[in-house]
Amino acid sequence: MRLRILLLAAVACAISVPPLPGAAAETAKPVKIGMITTLSGAGAALGIDIRDGFKLAVDSQGGKLGGVPVELTVVDDGQDVEAAKQIATRMLKQDDVDVITGIVWSNLAMAVVPTVTRAGKVYVSANAGPSALAGKGCHENYFNVAYQNDNQHEAMGQYVTDRGFRRVYLLAPNYPEVDYAAEIANLRAAKPDAVFFFLPGGMGVNFVKQYAQAGLAREIPLFGPGFSFDEDILKATGDAALGVANTSQWAWDLDNPANAAFVAAFRQAYGRTPTLYASQGYDAAQLIGSAIKAVNGHVGDTDAFRAALRRADFASVRGPFRFGPNQHPIQNIYVREVVRSGDLITNRLAGTVFTDHQDAYAAECRMER
Amino acid sequence: MTAQLVFEQTLNGLQQGVMLFLMAAGLTLVFGIMHLINLAHGSLYMVGAYAAATVIAVTGNFALAVAGAVVAAGLTGMVVELLALRRLYGRDHLDQVLATFGVILFFNELVKILWGAQALFMAPPAWLAGSVPILPGAAPYPAYRLFIIAVGLVVALGLRQLIVGTRLGMLIRAGATHRDMVGALGVNIDRLFTLVFALGAALAGLAGAMAGPLLAIEVGMGETILILTFVVIIIGGIGSVRGALVGALLVGVVDTYGRAFLPLALRTLLPPAAADGLGASISGIAIYVLMAGVLIWRPRGLFQAYGG
Repeated sequence: MRLRILLLAAVACAISVPPLPGAAAETAKPVKIGMITTLSGAGAALGIDIRDGFKLAVDSQGGKLGGVPVELTVVDDGQDVEAAKQIATRMLKQDDVDVITGIVWSNLAMAVVPTVTRAGKVYVSANAGPSALAGKGCHENYFNVAYQNDNQHEAMGQYVTDRGFRRVYLLAPNYPEVDYAAEIANLRAAKPDAVFFFLPGGMGVNFVKQYAQAGLAREIPLFGPGFSFDEDILKATGDAALGVANTSQWAWDLDNPANAAFVAAFRQAYGRTPTLYASQGYDAAQLIGSAIKAVNGHVGDTDAFRAALRRADFASVRGPFRFGPNQHPIQNIYVREVVRSGDLITNRLAGTVFTDHQDAYAAECRMER
Repeated sequence: MTAQLVFEQTLNGLQQGVMLFLMAAGLTLVFGIMHLINLAHGSLYMVGAYAAATVIAVTGNFALAVAGAVVAAGLTGMVVELLALRRLYGRDHLDQVLATFGVILFFNELVKILWGAQALFMAPPAWLAGSVPILPGAAPYPAYRLFIIAVGLVVALGLRQLIVGTRLGMLIRAGATHRDMVGALGVNIDRLFTLVFALGAALAGLAGAMAGPLLAIEVGMGETILILTFVVIIIGGIGSVRGALVGALLVGVVDTYGRAFLPLALRTLLPPAAADGLGASISGIAIYVLMAGVLIWRPRGLFQAYGG
């Protein structure tokens, strides 16, 4: 695709956020955090929420994390692998950052994370959780505070099975497609009991709308991963998503003090309800902050910093949270249902599918040192 | 695979083709008559979709939303032509590609600044929201998709009438083949080109408005449809509106049949997972194979347009 190649050339539009004001060193020198995320193009909403969640945590502590000033540099990768690699190299070699975080997409993470961990720096994933980095490719400098990519889907498989559906139709993208009329007609002809789809971003919106327009929402129940029914997505699907059960490790109405404070602060700061991505960005900052505090700002003592990160001594907005041996979450996976609340289409927490769930790759991880 | 399913998939193919036609008609005129490769045609589609979603959010009226999209995209096209593209007519095609790619980036950022990065919502009008029975034994078909097919056919007829039956159409045809002569006869070629560009932009805006109820209205939505649109005008013959119609319907039907029936057909030979994977891969390239085939048979596309 010619356009792709042109896009590669065009990611020069990286946006640099200057260091936070008022971050003058008091006791320890500021911790430098580099955020590589997607702020432009079709996937921008995801990166923007990760950034906003992260910044909320920093801002609410007066430009500090764990009591130590932080210099946060946010750079747009334009969802491009080469750009992400270049940004990471610059952050490591020129900016001399201590921690890198923020990548949304697994293919970008696969390209960047090994470079960061081999350079002896810590990478904290606030979204992408490819299986390769959770299993054989795990690394002591790599922490995933969001999820392993399979988690939401594993939980949905369990939920759909528990509900007694036997013949389930699965739909996943082959290449970026916008109209699913052909697939929907085939799907109807196959007469399944239920449908599960994995179509990230706008593709999921398109499918959900078209599924409802084809009159199928009343006939065959639809199930999907939580990120396809996030609060911002529901603004784009409207009524079409009503009644859909979706799995997620977080929900805005999850009842714990950390979450209540987060949701209220996020709404006040940005005027919208946070998404899954925002919660992950926020937790990434909280995790990093907990470790900075434990080492008193001396993040250069990598052994101590890693040990502190591994303890995950922070109040996650998800409730119970700890790291498994592969430094990926052990956490609950919830099911949410899309409901109408006044004029709003939103999620309501409907139950817990997995308690203290660990990913399937942890056993393959021989922690690299 | 039943006859009803084949019929339903044919309608899906025609509907996809009609959407492509609305895009391709403008692109082919601009490419064929003004010799301008306009990568930013998809941006006008995006402008149309955002305008429609905004108007419908305020007024709740679908017809107004469509009209707003056509006007907004047409005016946007006119401004872009006057400010930027006009300087590119005499330039190399590579310069045009670079410059209009820059226009894409500009509009993607502008739309993000104006409307935010999150996708917008637009519903079909209430009277088109349901499904209608079309064939005994077949699944009811979404009324809105039938409406798109009807709109596309009306536009096709209207465009034909414009090009063969009006003075503007005559100038469009004459301007393409004998640009200097038309100028010498006292016709303002610059104004003619601006009009043609605005017409193409308005059609792209119409396509964007029609797509609104089906799709997520989001930044970058124009680029996905643009690639297929270029395939359509190459198959149809650059500059030919008739070619754009035939090419669009061909691409729509071939693409839909490929996605719908190849995996099913391969399942009779292979295990389901392998059949789905292979079927999806082959159907993904089906339209490019079609394009290559057409170009071997007719190197300048199915319908040769005016001049070169």
